[in-house]
Amino acid sequence: MSDKLDFVVNGRAVSVTCDGTVPLLTVLRDHLDLRGTKFGCGTEQCGACMVLIDGKPEFSCSREAATVTGWAITTVEGLSNGGALHALQQAFLDEQAGQCGYCLSGILISASALLEKNRKPSRADIIAALDPHLCRCGIHNRVVRAVQKAATAITGARP
Amino acid sequence: MISNALPLSLTDNPILSQWVAFKEQGRVRVGSGKVEIGQGILTALTQIAAEELDVRPDQIHLVSGETDISPAEGFTSGSYSVAVGGASIRLVCAEVRSLFIERLAETLRCSPGELTVENGRFLRSGKDTGRDYWSMANEIALDRRATGTAPVKKPSSYRIVGKHLPRLDLPAKIAGAGFIHDITPANVLHARVLRQPWRGAHLAALDENAVRKAAKAPIEILREGEFVAFISDSEIAVMRAAEAARPLARWEGGTPPPANVGTRDWLKAQKSKDKVTDAGQRNAVPGGRVVEAEYSRPFLTYGSIGPCCSLAEWKDGALKVWSHCQGPAVLRDWLAKALRLPAAQVTVLHRQGSGAYGHNTADDAAFDASFIAMRHPGRTIRVQWQREDEFAASPISTAMAIKLRAVLGNENKPVDWSIELWSPPHAQRPGMNGNSNLIGAEALPNAPKQNPLGDVPDERGGGATRNAIPIYDLPRHRMIHHMLPEVPMRTSSLRGLGAWANVFAIESFVDELADAVGEDPVTYRLSLLSDPRARRVVETAAQISGWFDGKPMPDGRAKGFGFARYKNIASFAAVVVELDVAEDIKLRKIWCAADAGLVIAPDGARNQLEGGIIQGASFVMREQVRFDDGRVSTRTWEDYPILRFSDIPEIDIELIDNPNEPTLGLGEASVGPTGAAIGNALARALGKRVRDLPLTRDKIMATLLAE
Repeated sequence: MSDKLDFVVNGRAVSVTCDGTVPLLTVLRDHLDLRGTKFGCGTEQCGACMVLIDGKPEFSCSREAATVTGWAITTVEGLSNGGALHALQQAFLDEQAGQCGYCLSGILISASALLEKNRKPSRADIIAALDPHLCRCGIHNRVVRAVQKAATAITGARP
Repeated sequence: MISNALPLSLTDNPILSQWVAFKEQGRVRVGSGKVEIGQGILTALTQIAAEELDVRPDQIHLVSGETDISPAEGFTSGSYSVAVGGASIRLVCAEVRSLFIERLAETLRCSPGELTVENGRFLRSGKDTGRDYWSMANEIALDRRATGTAPVKKPSSYRIVGKHLPRLDLPAKIAGAGFIHDITPANVLHARVLRQPWRGAHLAALDENAVRKAAKAPIEILREGEFVAFISDSEIAVMRAAEAARPLARWEGGTPPPANVGTRDWLKAQKSKDKVTDAGQRNAVPGGRVVEAEYSRPFLTYGSIGPCCSLAEWKDGALKVWSHCQGPAVLRDWLAKALRLPAAQVTVLHRQGSGAYGHNTADDAAFDASFIAMRHPGRTIRVQWQREDEFAASPISTAMAIKLRAVLGNENKPVDWSIELWSPPHAQRPGMNGNSNLIGAEALPNAPKQNPLGDVPDERGGGATRNAIPIYDLPRHRMIHHMLPEVPMRTSSLRGLGAWANVFAIESFVDELADAVGEDPVTYRLSLLSDPRARRVVETAAQISGWFDGKPMPDGRAKGFGFARYKNIASFAAVVVELDVAEDIKLRKIWCAADAGLVIAPDGARNQLEGGIIQGASFVMREQVRFDDGRVSTRTWEDYPILRFSDIPEIDIELIDNPNEPTLGLGEASVGPTGAAIGNALARALGKRVRDLPLTRDKIMATLLAE
């Protein structure tokens, strides 16, 4: 069973021929070789697979690829712009917001969506946006600080 | 003083060239058998090496856990990596530096004292000699035994150790890279393995046609004994196959766990091997009031976010395995035994995975991939575990029951103290008790019979007995350890092993004693503590948390205290928790004071302490692996809730500066005290104590309603 699926992934138009019932995550990792997005649970419970679908954070582990054909997808690889780190990535480095790092791609994606719609998120806003994400190492507070820092950096750069 | 006695890693790997090599100009290859499991060890070891060699951190190329070239250092566990692995690297690098300096001093006919090193270049009285490690490398043979006698630097002169060095692995990770899960060579073949639901289970029936249909793409089904693997070029096909196979498989025989598994009654009904350890005064001290209490914890799991993964390639009679295991050299040896290969034909290359907080399925995945690879020569087999199996078939952290008893003397202090423990072993990693402990190997026909199980010996920190003896001044102490060697599941290590439950029990009990005699819990602890470092940590935590401020709190709000020195030899940590309780616990604020001796990477240390606090809180507040119908019924994160962003309070950490004391392991230090502090805060807020973990809404309600 093969379908032709078209997406705009990280700003680039791509076309994939595959079984359209596979998860979007499979298309990203196996067909497009974008392995930054992670498999965690396969049941939309941990957030490791989070991507942006037309700007909204969505789980990609069980979302059928054919249902998002024609849409714009952003993965962690699309956050940095031609090698320049996204303000969030820089802030995560500045705050050393990581231990094992497995949850980070998904968290960065959700945080980027938050900052797109809310330039000055409160601690509560950040927590609400990141609550779908599980982290087992315990870097939650560093992540919240990093998102706040990135928000400040972005508003400073774009008054 | 930093001791010059040879650490274990160095006695096991005594040749300098096993640790240090100058091959590529300007770069130093430093080997380590300790591996990155999310704790930042590679950065800390790099700091130590760069410091002693006088090179920049970016000149160090740390090769970690590659069995053909790295030293063999057992497992990365037990908070030993900096204290033992780091101490070895320090001694080796100091010795290598001395050998070069002495040699150059001879050549230049000057005193070694005139020579210094800067970025690997040698200076004489501050002027470049034109020589460096690399130009002199062929003059000095490093294939000699380490003596451990070269002088190491004084902490007061450190420029790199104890200073901030950003994590070396983080730049890749914020770009989504750097994980074993993402390695996909062109010749990759994907596999998933169907797991037995309990030990010894026999696969009575599996509808293979239905599995193939569910895969929606061609798959191979490999069956040997109870080992069943689905193999395909397509990863999604084998994922679908495995998912379909789980409910289709019909199992029989073996030893399914009974319905009451993990309860106090079940633990106490198991066959046990008993050991009594007495300490202190032989004769009973006259005492009065007796206080007794019993605590228990359920089965738990490590719950890494990424399921375990491994790759293996069998080519020209050699097996190459990529694994995020904690003991690459041990894994190599036991893979070889389980696959009946000479160890020299097996290479294990460590690559980073999701965080490891205990014995996970990384070793199992490595066996799975290796076993399948030997049936597909020339292909690289990539196996990843499924989330459900990570809950249901992984090594499990065991339930425990802990009974405490104290006799109080006339100063209200315990004059007689006893602890009684019921627990299966806390370690079944590969090789322990002479067993491979690899779940895939156990499923094969003619699998070796399992040797009888023991727990981690007390002299190596103990398993169930870890931190069972309090650090408090107790004139007379008895420990009764009922080790339960025949339970039907693979009980193994989770961060701290028995320590955090013991600390939960002991620290809860100390609060109960303080209540019984009408004293403040911190004041009471200090009356039982003479160790000055312990006192300082307790006092610091009380001070930063405003423990003695005496501010009135609203109903349902309280602070609680917990303290321990991990293993009674590693780091000291005291934790204060402030929480609200209605039906459930809401954490408001956590403070922690810790003394880890000389801290190599201060930000890494804080990160570890904070991670331990959050994980320790999650352990006691939420976590329990459940069984039903003979098997683990915990299958998803919904069944196994861990703390989330919205549960985490602000956390203040005070790291006590103690650079002239040896580095103490701290990765596990804050876990136990945090759980205890939560239990104690809850008891103060409720006026009643919950002694059976986890401290969930159901347990709180049941305790409130019980009379």
